[in-house]
Amino acid sequence: MRELALKDEILLRIEKPSRYTGNEVNSVMKDPGSVDIRFAMCFPDVYEIGMSHLGMQILYHMFNSREDTWCERVFSPWTDLDKIMRQEKIPLFALESQDEVKIFDFLGITIQYEMCYTNILQILDLSQIPIYAKDRGEEHPLVIGGGPCVLNPEPLAPFFDLFYIGEGEVSYPVFLDTYAAMKREGRSREEFLEAAALIPGIYVPAFYDAGYGPDGFLASFVPNRKNVPDRVVRQALTDFGHAEYPKAPVVPNIKATQDRVTLEIQRGCIRGCRFCQAGMIYRPAREKDLGLLKEQARDMLESTGHEEISLSSLSSSDYSHLKELLEFLLEEYGDAGVNISLPSLRIDAFSLQVMGRVQDVKKSSLTFAPEAGSQRLRDVINKGLTEEVILEGARGAFQGGWDRVKLYFMLGLPTECGEDVRGIAHLAQKIAETYYEMPKEQRQGRVQVTVSTSFFVPKPFTPFQWAAMVSPQVYLERVGILREEMRAQVNHKSIRYNWHEADVAALEGFLARGDRRAAKVIARVYELGAMYDAWTEHFRQELWTQAFADTGVDIESYTLRERDTDELLPWDFIDAGVGREFLEKEWERAREGRITPNCRRSCSGCGAARYKGGVCVEGQGQV
Amino acid sequence: MKVRVKFEKYGAARFLGHLDTMRYFQKAVRRAKIPIAFSSGFRPHMIMSFAAPLGLGISSSGEYFDMELSGEMSSQDMVRRFNETMAEGFRVVSARRVPEGKKYNAMALTAAASYQVRFLEKDGPTAEDLAAFCAQPVILVEKKTKSGVKTVDIKPGIYELEAGQGEPLECSMLLAASSADHVGPKMVMEAFAAHLEREIPPHSYRIHKREVYARGGEGGASRFVPLEVAGGEIG
Repeated sequence: MRELALKDEILLRIEKPSRYTGNEVNSVMKDPGSVDIRFAMCFPDVYEIGMSHLGMQILYHMFNSREDTWCERVFSPWTDLDKIMRQEKIPLFALESQDEVKIFDFLGITIQYEMCYTNILQILDLSQIPIYAKDRGEEHPLVIGGGPCVLNPEPLAPFFDLFYIGEGEVSYPVFLDTYAAMKREGRSREEFLEAAALIPGIYVPAFYDAGYGPDGFLASFVPNRKNVPDRVVRQALTDFGHAEYPKAPVVPNIKATQDRVTLEIQRGCIRGCRFCQAGMIYRPAREKDLGLLKEQARDMLESTGHEEISLSSLSSSDYSHLKELLEFLLEEYGDAGVNISLPSLRIDAFSLQVMGRVQDVKKSSLTFAPEAGSQRLRDVINKGLTEEVILEGARGAFQGGWDRVKLYFMLGLPTECGEDVRGIAHLAQKIAETYYEMPKEQRQGRVQVTVSTSFFVPKPFTPFQWAAMVSPQVYLERVGILREEMRAQVNHKSIRYNWHEADVAALEGFLARGDRRAAKVIARVYELGAMYDAWTEHFRQELWTQAFADTGVDIESYTLRERDTDELLPWDFIDAGVGREFLEKEWERAREGRITPNCRRSCSGCGAARYKGGVCVEGQGQV
Repeated sequence: MKVRVKFEKYGAARFLGHLDTMRYFQKAVRRAKIPIAFSSGFRPHMIMSFAAPLGLGISSSGEYFDMELSGEMSSQDMVRRFNETMAEGFRVVSARRVPEGKKYNAMALTAAASYQVRFLEKDGPTAEDLAAFCAQPVILVEKKTKSGVKTVDIKPGIYELEAGQGEPLECSMLLAASSADHVGPKMVMEAFAAHLEREIPPHSYRIHKREVYARGGEGGASRFVPLEVAGGEIG
């Protein structure tokens, strides 16, 4: 039996000790003496969040299918254990072997959102690995970052030895082969980094120098040694349709946020919403083979015993075989008490019919994401959803027995004016009216329309990467305008309005588009005690304010400034597949309020065709 | 058909709480393809009920839950199928058919539980200390109830309490475990510490639950019988 890293005395003192004991069904155990590579894969947040992440499960099983590699999992210790580990100098350990992370060959960190950056430093710190890559030696693990945030890795550059840009399935096999061979030959860390920098998708930040002009903006970004490529190309899986998938995902010990089988039905999105980073950086849109999906659903349900299966994609309704897939799942598992959950479904007659079969209509609510309140602004952001379609969907839903609707919007979008903001209230009102237009006997009391607004954050590799954010004050003013307009609506008693905090969004904006100089702010705020910034109860704005003051970094020059299209952006050295000319053209079209058709309707030449997969080769069809 | 499953919980699984252990077995039932019955309604759930919860950090060789089957499966088959999908720290020992009806539920039948408490260090309490503790006419502890703290005598609920041989101290106990009368091993250790007027930190000993008992039948040879004895093997 394994020896646990934490003594009983500690485990009995902390919340949810089985976050740290490993030992889950389908977790992979190996003999450390029989592998060449020990890889610690980390999601820098608490167990329940990290265990809900699909990408980590995919790479975990892919790595462990190699005989020469043992991949184990690491998560952020919650604040109670964090404190004890610091006091008692207990080094951070991996769940499977319970061995210290610092003896591993690699510490891989998946970076899914900006507000986890301080947790990355927590992981390094607790692992007793120097937080700056330059201070690490032969004895330390190589620290490699991946995930959507590394499409602009610069704010994190000094903390990482390497980054992997793109989908892990593509270059990790050759990356690990290279490492195993060089380890056997006794090569140095430096020699490996030089070899790795030549592998497609690998970025070694220490091999590049950033220079800044007199205006304070990035002026140059160049390799500082021979043979290192000028640009790093994002990796994307060409044949996603037939891609392997974990047959037996790890079953979390304690209830994870997503306590279910996740079936990835497609990767990428054909829609091209201009604010959406995922819609750009996972191009091309690729569908998984229907037969394979059926097989994977069966394998995963049987090996985990989960009672729920969720279809994962950026826009499930665009999956061509959705109808067949749902019919298969309903037929096969509907009676076995397996729930089917369908996020990101467009509300139409078909989806309402399906949802009526898989959900308890009385208890569930329907979600629309118009994102903007006026048609003008929806055209600016290329959200192909019209008011007629929304109202028709709502009408269908109400007739089907639903009486709760959620609406998601963003405030602070480029070109937004008062009329767009007030339009949100008007749309909510029209939806409520749609309900009250129904004959009384079809209604069950009052309808509940919940409106939520978040704060628009411009992201790299989107047409809005040049856009200015509005200040938190302006944002809150717009919240005020909207609240007032809501109160003026006839059915205001049926409408609820929630809004997100503005401070966090400004920081997200700073970290998303920051350059290498942002790293000192992250290091400083961590030093001041920031951690778990993604958790409202732990987020402390005053520490960030202090960190900006201490480092002399001006956050507003990052957030409130619109960039010229000829400015060198910190992430320009990455070739994300989606080309700069396309993004510039889209930025221009946005400001003209012109929409761009989706990838199936016509190709807009974004550049993702180079990956030779998915919608780019299948060509255009209906939709 | 109602089936009573007996399982062991040890090692890392000791740190899985009661709700998570229930979740664990709901998934295990699916993995093992046990023909379990579901309740009716829009969200059917498995018909399953657990005996008393086990405290965090405690290992056990006598945990129980009852489940309702909708089809046939032999005891041997069930045990084998369960154990093919268990994580380290869980092992199914038996699966036996038991009488229908609420009053025969594992929870309702539970009358007593036996434990072994093993001290980890030599400088802990001794067998003599324990003998003196047991010799008291009453053993008073403060119990927290809804209406405040009240002092109760737990001695009647301590059916057996004796030290094993050797050092550090190891003691076995048989304690009342019904809903009306319940004495936990930690409560006994706290009373022991109070009697000795010294600290006995919870991490200085390990508790192992050996078995859970129902009352033996009228005129039976023993006062208590293990919960699984109530059931018969399904062929």
